[in-house]
Amino acid sequence: MQKPGDLEISRRDLLIVAGASVAATAVASPAGAQSKAIARASSPPVVSKVSLSVNGATRDLELDTRTTLLDALREHMHLTGTKKGCDHGQCGACTVMVDGQRINSCLTLAVMHEGSSVTTIEGLGTPDNLHPMQAAFVKHDGYQCGYCTPGQICSAVAVLGEIKSGIPSHVSADLTAPLDVTAAEIRERMSGNICRCGAYSNIVEAITEVAGSPA
Amino acid sequence: MKSFTYERATSPVAAAAAVSRNEGAKFIAGGTNLLDLMKLEIEIPTHLIDVNGLAFDKIEPTSDGGLRIGALVRNTALAADERVRRDYGLLSRALLAGASGQLRNKATTAGNLLQRTRCPYFYDTNQPCNKRQPGSGCAAIGGVTRSHAVIGSSEACIATHPSDMAIAMRALDASVETVQPDGKTRKIPMADFHRLPGNTPHIETALASGELITAVTLPKPVGGTHIYRKVRDRASYAFALVSVGAIVQRDGTGRVAVGGVAHKPWRVEAAEAELPRGAKATATRLLAGAQPTHDNQFKLALVERTLAAVLAEAKG
Repeated sequence: MQKPGDLEISRRDLLIVAGASVAATAVASPAGAQSKAIARASSPPVVSKVSLSVNGATRDLELDTRTTLLDALREHMHLTGTKKGCDHGQCGACTVMVDGQRINSCLTLAVMHEGSSVTTIEGLGTPDNLHPMQAAFVKHDGYQCGYCTPGQICSAVAVLGEIKSGIPSHVSADLTAPLDVTAAEIRERMSGNICRCGAYSNIVEAITEVAGSPA
Repeated sequence: MKSFTYERATSPVAAAAAVSRNEGAKFIAGGTNLLDLMKLEIEIPTHLIDVNGLAFDKIEPTSDGGLRIGALVRNTALAADERVRRDYGLLSRALLAGASGQLRNKATTAGNLLQRTRCPYFYDTNQPCNKRQPGSGCAAIGGVTRSHAVIGSSEACIATHPSDMAIAMRALDASVETVQPDGKTRKIPMADFHRLPGNTPHIETALASGELITAVTLPKPVGGTHIYRKVRDRASYAFALVSVGAIVQRDGTGRVAVGGVAHKPWRVEAAEAELPRGAKATATRLLAGAQPTHDNQFKLALVERTLAAVLAEAKG
């Protein structure tokens, strides 16, 4: 983290660089002067191409290698349903499914997903045709502010798939026995999705209903 | 995050050679720890070599009855593998006790071993840290040390290794298979893979520059009751204060490795001779020479009590 003093210096530097770039633009080749100014301000960006499928549509992108899958979705493809919470894999707001598995889209680079198939909340359902999990969240009031909800719903859909395919969890009593969809299983498996409003009990009810077993 | 160039590895040896040639280069696989640290500019690679395309994603039987786990096998896939669940339950249990479902889907076997400490002073770039910036000092010593090491630490570093999986791998006598930039391969026993901090806490493993993990191998199953008990501040998705991984046989003999107490998975084979005599005798031997701080001396009692609970559970 920067100290306040450092911040002042970097702001002033930024203004000087920006000013030089504007002045140079007036008299010389704009492109050359600007790239020189940017190079002085920070390490130059490296751009790379990536092609991936998002909600069934092929997307060809040219991105700074630093771009996370989350930022590619939000800032470059304008799919803003996926949310940025902590940006460090701790809150789960950025959860999407890649090749059928839920991951934190903030902790993976877009360029690492050449050929991947990504499903975001926009690909699960639409306002006129909700995914059953979306409908259950509405019915059970599984949210308050709604910011974590797209991540919760993507995670919840994946959780039911994981239970169905027999992947055990920390609370599964027997590693080799068939799994039940219990509230304890849902809570453990959803622990990577934080809800600051505390709608957890309603979230568990919504997921339980979709799983088709009593709460 | 600082900018970096990026390439996809085409072969293990070429990837190893590329990293050994370039001081700023790093491998990236799951990326769940590396990208977190890059955002904070704790890790500042200038070049990333993406190894995800290499064919290290299988779990195969070995000729001596064990299992060879590819370096890129994801934590979820490893925990859910039928052979692992049946014969190496300790490994499944340890994996499932760690991180979140999303992270386990992305994190790899090799990356799990290579994850960095969660010492808060390592994460705070305003603080000195010998691991982050060799020679700068250790802000944890004299700081808030509830989560830190109680044994095997040094005057340079009191960080712990955060992995649950590594505790199981140590108790199971796993070996880490690698390939070096010149194409040579070797097997490093888990006992020797992670290092104690000493005066060089920034050097965390036995890996040489550019050396790439290709697999982790498990010897043939040893039977017994497999238990991984993790004590933490939350019931899920938190690092261990203390964890105990054990394999207990019917006659009361067994193996035990402990997490959350040291810079590496903590196992003392000589202490295992005490297992039939119970938790107190075993823990006393296991933690002989411990140097806890005021904040973390509770971990000594917690190891003993957690081990007692594990042994009671093993008896059934």
